[in-house]
Amino acid sequence: MKRKKNRGVTSLEMKLFPYFLILPNLFIFTAFIAVPALFGAYFSLHNWSGINEPVFIGLQNYVRAFHDMKFWRSFGKTLIYVGISLPFIMGIPLFLANLMIKEIRAKGMFRAIFYWPSMVSYIIAGISFKFMFGDNTGIINFLLDLFGKSKIGWLTQGRTAMFVVILATIWARTGFYMVTYISGLQSIPVSYYEAAEVDGATPLQGFFKITLPLLKPTTFLVLILSFIDLFKAYGLVLALTGGGPGTATKFVVQYIYEAAFDGKREMGYASALSMILLVVMAVFTLLQFKVNKGGEIE
Amino acid sequence: MNMKTRTTWLTYVVTIILALLFIFPIFWITLSSFKSGSEMFRYPPTFFPEKFTLDNYRIAFEKGNFGRYFWNSTVVAVLSTILTVIINTMAGYAFAKYDFKGSKALFIFFISTLMLPLEVLMIPIFHVVKFFGMYNSFAGLIIPPAATPTGVFLLRQYFLTVPTELMESARVDGASETRIFFHIMLPIAKPAMSVLAIFSFMWRWNDFMWPLLVIRDVDKYTVQLALANFSGQYSVDWNSLIAMSVVSVIPVLIIFLLFQKQFVQGMVTSGMKD
Repeated sequence: MKRKKNRGVTSLEMKLFPYFLILPNLFIFTAFIAVPALFGAYFSLHNWSGINEPVFIGLQNYVRAFHDMKFWRSFGKTLIYVGISLPFIMGIPLFLANLMIKEIRAKGMFRAIFYWPSMVSYIIAGISFKFMFGDNTGIINFLLDLFGKSKIGWLTQGRTAMFVVILATIWARTGFYMVTYISGLQSIPVSYYEAAEVDGATPLQGFFKITLPLLKPTTFLVLILSFIDLFKAYGLVLALTGGGPGTATKFVVQYIYEAAFDGKREMGYASALSMILLVVMAVFTLLQFKVNKGGEIE
Repeated sequence: MNMKTRTTWLTYVVTIILALLFIFPIFWITLSSFKSGSEMFRYPPTFFPEKFTLDNYRIAFEKGNFGRYFWNSTVVAVLSTILTVIINTMAGYAFAKYDFKGSKALFIFFISTLMLPLEVLMIPIFHVVKFFGMYNSFAGLIIPPAATPTGVFLLRQYFLTVPTELMESARVDGASETRIFFHIMLPIAKPAMSVLAIFSFMWRWNDFMWPLLVIRDVDKYTVQLALANFSGQYSVDWNSLIAMSVVSVIPVLIIFLLFQKQFVQGMVTSGMKD
């Protein structure tokens, strides 16, 4: 039988105290997330520079966004970036996590090494890779030279710049997701593998028949988190390529930021672009929820 | 060599190669930061500094005003961490231990804010910050990001494991709710609170989006904002930039080494995410 917590002695303090406890967070979440979300929708229907009175223009900002090829190009670049990075960001940490739960020596040290880059800021990650992939003096080009290959203008060509951005992203995020996977792997009972071994299953079979199915909730978590994280990439790219060369690595968030805060300060229009980004991210996330049935084990 | 030892060997080789790859970028900028101005760009490059020098660091702090940015980041990260721990512990406790009207809906509201990152609400958030007079001030970097759904969730999960009988017997003894929270619950929650503190410090120290949005004056720049700015300049002063980058990593490194255990534990129990 479930006993009511406060039978008989429900003091006023007991009733009010929880509200007092959540008040600061409630205020911040309301003022800095819920209200802005509503304002964002409101601004998106207005012509507004941020200073003068907003002028209501209906859906014109959305119509304009629809025809804004530069926006869709940066959107496409973002999709390419997310699409290529995602499999690696899900796969490499899983691979490392499987190595890291084995009985190997100096496990703590190896884990720390793999985890460490995810504690470094995106800005530092960007700067480090920019330094390494520099045209004439970067260490990577020196290594190419050493092995008789010609140097590459990594950050001055669109494709290679995208490659470096993806590489830096993988480097910066792997550790975080590796630890997430490790916690998932540790929740799988060892006896399952022992039983499989007795039945003559190879380690590879064990991985596909036991690990992957039982790891699904974790995999799903990593998928959702990394998807959102990749889609809103900005700081790392800014420090690494600045969106360049040209606009080769200019992703949506940078495009929106520049529309709102650089040059013409088109706050209304940029709000409409933000709303589009918001909806796209929400739809993708919901779709993944649907397809993966919320990450439940079947 | 039998099958088993061969796989063990293979595991080691693969692990070591990957570890070297992962450690290389930080290792390389650290090594480079001790090279003289010209040596850093010599071709072919030297691996270890030919002549070990601290000039890059000295110049960065003297000319680059880096001490100022470092101080700004420290103030913001420390104060924001204190605030973060206080308010999220409060909220987590409320959701774990009280059955109040609307608690379910409020909890869902809190957690769902995870889906609305700053990046998609930049413009309206910028104006709300302005409205509260927090634009171009540290308050704008400290207060708004202090409430975090991950923090609430982490503390709630922790308090759920604390037996409610503890509260009930304290009530029988006549303790007020406030007293129970401060004198009984907070001491118990210390492990979870320190995990949140560690992560909060790292988030705020590494944060770039909030400073970018909120700060205008150069003398209020945080380390990340300043570094991003230097890195984006037409001709990058690599010597200072690399030295500053290395220094900027040190606080997080210290915290990581001190609290490595809590770090991994925190990640494991909650999938910590800013």
